[in-house]
Amino acid sequence: MITLSGQPANAGAVNEPWEEHRAPGVRGGSAPRDSTELRERVRQFLAEHDPAGMDRLDFLRARYDAGLAWVHFPEGLGGLGIERNKQPIVEAEFAKAGAPDNDPRRIGIGLGMAAPTILAHAGEEQKKRWLRPLWTGEEVWCQLFSEPGAGSDLAALATRAVRDGDDWVVNGQKVWTSQAHKASWAILVTRTDPDVPKHKGLTYFAIDMTQPGVEVRPLRQMTGEAEFNEVFMTDARIPDEHRLGAVGDGWRVATTTLMNERVAIGGGGAPREGGMIGFAAKDWREHPELRTPGKHDELMRLWVQAEAVRLTGRRLSQQMAAGQPGPEGSAAKLAFAELNQKISGLEMEFLGEQALRYDDWTMRRPERTDMLGAQRAPGFRFLRAKGNSIEGGTSEVMRNIVAERVLGLPKEMRADVDVPWKDIPR
Amino acid sequence: MNLLYSDVETDLRASVRALLDERAPAATVLAHLEDDDNTDLKLWRTLATELGCASLPVPEEQGGAGATWRETAVVAEELGRGVTPVPFLGSAVLGTAALLAAGDTATLSAAAAGDTIVTLAVPLAAMPGAYEPTVRAEGGKLTGTVTSVADAGHADALLVPTADGLYLVEAGDVTRTPVVSLDMTRRLTDVTLSGAAGTRVAEGADAVTRALTVGAAMLAAEQLGLADHCLQTTLAYVKERKQFGRAIGSYQALKHRLADLYGSVSQARAVSRYAASCVADDDPDTPVAVALAQAYTSEVVVKAAEECVQMHGGIGFTWEHPAHMYLKRAKADSIALGTADRHRAALAALVDLPPA
Repeated sequence: MITLSGQPANAGAVNEPWEEHRAPGVRGGSAPRDSTELRERVRQFLAEHDPAGMDRLDFLRARYDAGLAWVHFPEGLGGLGIERNKQPIVEAEFAKAGAPDNDPRRIGIGLGMAAPTILAHAGEEQKKRWLRPLWTGEEVWCQLFSEPGAGSDLAALATRAVRDGDDWVVNGQKVWTSQAHKASWAILVTRTDPDVPKHKGLTYFAIDMTQPGVEVRPLRQMTGEAEFNEVFMTDARIPDEHRLGAVGDGWRVATTTLMNERVAIGGGGAPREGGMIGFAAKDWREHPELRTPGKHDELMRLWVQAEAVRLTGRRLSQQMAAGQPGPEGSAAKLAFAELNQKISGLEMEFLGEQALRYDDWTMRRPERTDMLGAQRAPGFRFLRAKGNSIEGGTSEVMRNIVAERVLGLPKEMRADVDVPWKDIPR
Repeated sequence: MNLLYSDVETDLRASVRALLDERAPAATVLAHLEDDDNTDLKLWRTLATELGCASLPVPEEQGGAGATWRETAVVAEELGRGVTPVPFLGSAVLGTAALLAAGDTATLSAAAAGDTIVTLAVPLAAMPGAYEPTVRAEGGKLTGTVTSVADAGHADALLVPTADGLYLVEAGDVTRTPVVSLDMTRRLTDVTLSGAAGTRVAEGADAVTRALTVGAAMLAAEQLGLADHCLQTTLAYVKERKQFGRAIGSYQALKHRLADLYGSVSQARAVSRYAASCVADDDPDTPVAVALAQAYTSEVVVKAAEECVQMHGGIGFTWEHPAHMYLKRAKADSIALGTADRHRAALAALVDLPPA
């Protein structure tokens, strides 16, 4: 259900040439022409690089260099320039060989959000510099978007970047930043022009998180953990060549990231009972003594809903197999959040007394994003799921997006249109 | 399994929709709603003979179009969209599925050509896998009553389930009593047999079970088509209708509900496509897929029709506006071939989540 690598799950099972489906100009002459050739390419790579007899990182670097990291990326940048729905073929071959992966749950933000944005908007030199260590996990990326005063209204953000010679100097505070304490780099949206309407004065950067002007503090959540952070930037510096997109074009660049984030959170292709419903179903099977008719119908309603959402995710993956995620991902994200909250709530009620006990309130900073809490108490799942309708855009904002961009309904009346950012009441 | 529409399906949809838009737009269906007989047999003949809609899943050597239940589902979506009064569900779906399962090629060929209408004589509310026949067969003579049968009014022959197997009966040998039906675009008929002569075409209950299962999958497609139509027609209205000086579709109170409805319809599309594909491929997951589709789409279609009525406000409650036709069909469909909760119960047994 959550594919943080952003890869659709449907493998191209039928071996037909896909040459004609490819976007023009995205590949060189050496890309495989069908599933058999692609499989052969992986096997040949594995014959030359025995995962058992190699350093993990060396293996991952070699896999990237062979274009087998993310096949829909261009050649030279870890890909082969073929459709992204061919990725599962590659993953299956590597899994079969017992090859190490790049621990996608640890570097989800880099894979799902930073990478597509870098690919679309960074300079060629920067793409080469950033994408390889991003994919191998040598460099963790985080996302500096939300601020205390700019959550749903992201375009109102106040973190300032001011030009200083070949550099930009950044001051401001960001919140809800997962993995910031592990990150070497961040994607960052700043305000570079306060005198124009809010969407027009933004500029997008990649920032070095290891510099002295960047301070990361844990932000503890209702689960007891500090999965997220606050990030304070005080005269932090960014060279101009680390800008993504034009000055003032940051909103458009951020849109690339956000579309990918919503797909990463809501899309994907888990097996049946692969998500939150799996916990409730397992409890139900293991505890006949706790079953009641009322909870049974509720369970079945949620099972049906979960399966409908799962199949919709599969259909969405099939739809965007050759293209880019669109606003339809927003509806998937909405459903995912609502479902997780309902199921985790039912799981607690079903378990009764057992759910009155929590496992651990100790403040820790987890290594990996774990939205389901498979190893945790039911109470953790219930509490963590509350974040699903807030992170990556609240469900209310998602509904606005679906209504306005998918269904074409008229926009909300707003008080900040054509008003310079500095004059908007705050 | 591919859950998208193929090019062939997209073309088929366009042809069916063009014909229905021309011959049976909502205003026309509405105008004939109270006719003694509003079944549009002329339109049905065109659908059957020119577009092959009566025989899509029938092999070509048996006079059919040689397509599958997947393409049939697309036709069901379009007929649902138009609440088109043609004998599709009872004959081209239930009747055809029963004949295919029974292997009665002669009757199948005649029905495929659109010359005869052969309807499965079961109550529309029959639940797949749980239907108990109400007609007895003794020495080839059939006696008993089947209530609330869909598309029996114009049938040339009826397929009548009994404990002794499935019988083919000439329509002239039974008594048909029209029912005042909630869904006026799919009129029901009570069928009484008093020693009617029948020919047994299948033993046991398998053919009927298969027909009801296929029917439930196709009904899910019909429900999807109708739900999507309710959403689209409501979207068009809320963009147009102004109150307090602005389009009512700009209010979040409506926008958010429509966004939710869009999500539900998208999900209904995925489960409906999955069910149609499973039925077409005779996939081992078919019982789960069909129960899932019915459990889900039955609730979505009613919600969509109710939102359509509510968001149209005063006009939506009138007879002159077509919204009531959609609501009546939606509610009838949610009861047809098993209610959502019965399908949830069936699903519970299939996926090992027993009630107690």
